[in-house]
Amino acid sequence: MAKKSYRQAINEALAQEMERDETVVLMGEDVAGGLGAPGEQDAWGGPLGVTKGLYAKFGRGRILDTPISESGFIGAAAGAAATGLRPVAELMFVDFMGVCFDQIYNQAAKFRYMFGGRAVTPMVIRTMIGAGFRAAAQHSQCLYPIFTHIPGLKCVMPSSPYEAKGLLIQAIRDDDPVIFFEHKLLYDVEEEVPDEPYTIPFGEANITRDGDDVTIVALSRMVNVANEAAESLAGKGVECEVIDLRTSSPLDIDTVLESVENTGRLVVVDEASPRCNMATDIAAQVAQDGFQHLKAPIRMVSPPHVPVPFSAALEDLYIPNASTVEDAVKAILPEKVSA
Amino acid sequence: MTEIRAVTMPKWGLAMTEGKVAAWAVQEGEAVGPGTELVDIETSKITNALEADTDGVLRRVCAAEGDTLPVGALLGVIAPASMPDADIQAFIDGFVVEVDEDAGAEDAAAEPETVTVDGRTIRYLRMGQDGPAVLLIHGFGGDLNNWMFNQPALAERHATYAIDLPGHGGSSKEVGDGSVEAMAAAVGGLMAALGLERAHLVGHSLGGAVALALALGQPDRVASLTLVCSAGLGEEIAADYVDGFIAASRRKDIKPVAQMLFADPSLVSRDMLEDILRYKRLDGVDAALRTIAGRVFADGRQAWSARARLDELAVPVQAVWGAQDRIVPPAHGDGLPERIGVRVIDGTGHMVHMEAAQEVNRLIEAIVAG
Repeated sequence: MAKKSYRQAINEALAQEMERDETVVLMGEDVAGGLGAPGEQDAWGGPLGVTKGLYAKFGRGRILDTPISESGFIGAAAGAAATGLRPVAELMFVDFMGVCFDQIYNQAAKFRYMFGGRAVTPMVIRTMIGAGFRAAAQHSQCLYPIFTHIPGLKCVMPSSPYEAKGLLIQAIRDDDPVIFFEHKLLYDVEEEVPDEPYTIPFGEANITRDGDDVTIVALSRMVNVANEAAESLAGKGVECEVIDLRTSSPLDIDTVLESVENTGRLVVVDEASPRCNMATDIAAQVAQDGFQHLKAPIRMVSPPHVPVPFSAALEDLYIPNASTVEDAVKAILPEKVSA
Repeated sequence: MTEIRAVTMPKWGLAMTEGKVAAWAVQEGEAVGPGTELVDIETSKITNALEADTDGVLRRVCAAEGDTLPVGALLGVIAPASMPDADIQAFIDGFVVEVDEDAGAEDAAAEPETVTVDGRTIRYLRMGQDGPAVLLIHGFGGDLNNWMFNQPALAERHATYAIDLPGHGGSSKEVGDGSVEAMAAAVGGLMAALGLERAHLVGHSLGGAVALALALGQPDRVASLTLVCSAGLGEEIAADYVDGFIAASRRKDIKPVAQMLFADPSLVSRDMLEDILRYKRLDGVDAALRTIAGRVFADGRQAWSARARLDELAVPVQAVWGAQDRIVPPAHGDGLPERIGVRVIDGTGHMVHMEAAQEVNRLIEAIVAG
C-alpha cells in the first residue's frame, strides 16, 4: 500500500469510478487537459491539479471543460443526472456557489421528493473550502452549513486522503445529489491509501481518538487540529475523544451523544463562520438530547463572524488552531489541566 | 563476545516501526533460558511477550517500562553470570541499532508480492530464504498479517510464505463458489506459480480446512500439516462470529465480534479494528465473505469436513487449539486418529497463534524438523 496525497486519492477515486461505470462524467472549469494532452487543452487538471491526467485517459467525451458559467454547468449536471448519467461537476471554490443556488437547492435537491421517489439525481459537486490559502474573502469560506440546511442534499467533508477516496467513491455511487467539500490545505497531506476501490458509508462518524475526559467534535481539516490539541492535552493528563463527523448531512449525532454520555463535556470545532454553523447545530442537539450528561457548558470553537481577512497575520488569527481548541478544553476542565 | 546477546525491540508485522515496553517479566540478575518470557511489548496493534532465545542471565535492562523505542533498539543484555560487568558495558556502549534498510535485515523490510493464479491476483509475503518451505494460511476474514508473531521467527530457519486467500487481504476478491476446494485449488496454484513443489502447511481456522483439502487433493504438495483451531474437523462454528463479522461496518459493532477471537479481549486494539473495517470496505469483500460463509459456514454449521478421511493423510499432522476458543470448539480435536498430536493451550482463544505465539512456533518448528 502506497502513501498518497489527498489530491491523488481524489484523482484515483475519480479514475476508478470512471473505469467501473461509463456513465460517470466530469465537468467543470479547466478540468480537462493533463499529462499527455499536448497543446490541445491546457494541462491544469483543475486549478490545483486534482483532475490531472484524466483527460488523457478518458477523452473529451467524458471530461468536459465548461465555460465560466457556474449556473449553466451545474444546471447541466443536474439535468444529466436526472436523465441517466452520473456527473461529477467541479465548482472550484464553494464561494462561487451563489450564482447556481437555484439549480442546487430548488431543483436537484427536490427531484426525488417531488417525483415521489421515481426520479433520482446522482450528481456530485466537488468544491474547495477553507482558509489559510492567502486567497482572501471570496475564496476561503467554509459554506457547508448552508448546504447542510437543505433537505435532499448530502454534504461530505473528508479530513484525510484515506477518507477522501472512500467518501468520494461512495458519493459517486449515491443516487442523491452530494456536495463534496475538499479543504484546499489538505491536498498535500499524505497517508496510506489502498490501491483498490473502497467506500465509506455516509452518516457514520469516525472516532479518531479515544478518551474519557472530553469529547471534541470536528470536521474536515479541523479534525487534524482537534487531534493535535488532543495529543498535546494527553501530555497534560487530559484524554480527549475526537470525533470526525465525515458528513454533516446525514449527521451521525448518535455517536456524539454516546461519547458525551461518557465524557460529560463537549467542544465542537468548526471552521465555518460562527452563526448557524455545524457547531451551533451540534451544540443545540446535545443540549436538547444529552443535557443530563453534561458536566460543563458546551464550548464552540469557530472563527469570528467576519469575512476571511486577506492580511496573512489576520488570517492566521482567524482560523481555529490547536491552541484555541486546547484553551476551550481547559475552560471546561480547569481542575484537570495541570500546565 | 558471542556469549553476550542483545535483547532488541522485535518487528511484529509489516506496519510495526516502534513498540512500547509494557512490563518486564524478569528482573536484572535472573537466569533465563530459551522460551523465558522477558518483557511484554505493546504495539499499536497488540501486546505480546518477547521471549529469550538463549541461556544466560539477564545482566542488564536497558529500557524502562513505559519507554517507546524503535524496532531494533536495545532492551536488555543476556550473558553468562561470569561475564565481567565491564564487558557488558562495552557491549552496550558499542551497540548500534540496525535500521530496516541495512544489510542483514532484509526480512524486516520484506514487502508483500503478488502473483497471478488462474486469472486471480494472490498476495503473499515471503520471509526467509533457506530451509524447507512453510506456507501460512489465515482464516475467515483474516490476512497474512495474522502471522505477525509467527512468520519472523519461523523465517530464521525456513522459507516462509504467508498468503492471502481469495477474497482476503490484497488478493482478488473473486472467490468462485466460495468452497474449501476452490480455495485449496488457489493455494495449489500459488505453490505451482512460485515453483514450490512441496511445503509444510500451517492453516488457521478456515485456512486449516483449506490445508486439509489441499493435502487430500494434492498429497504430493504437502510435507506436513499444522492445524490451528482448524475448521474441517467437526460440525459447529460460532454463527454469531461469522454473521457478526459480515454485518459489522462500525468500530463499536466489530469490537465485540473481534473480542470473541481472544481469551484476553483487551488484546483487541483500535488499530486492529480499524484494519478489519478498512478491509471490509474494499469493493467485493462483502460479497466474497457472504459467498464463503454461505457455502462453508451457513447457520453455524460447517458444510465441509475432512474428519472421515484423515486416515488418507500420509504426512505428519498435528492440531493446536486455544482452550478458550469460542469460534471452533476445542472438542473438535477430540477423538482424532492417534498419530495426530493435539495440543490444547490454556489461557488462549481462537487466535492461539497470536496469544501463545512462541509455543505455536515451537510446535511448527518441531513438525517441520520431522
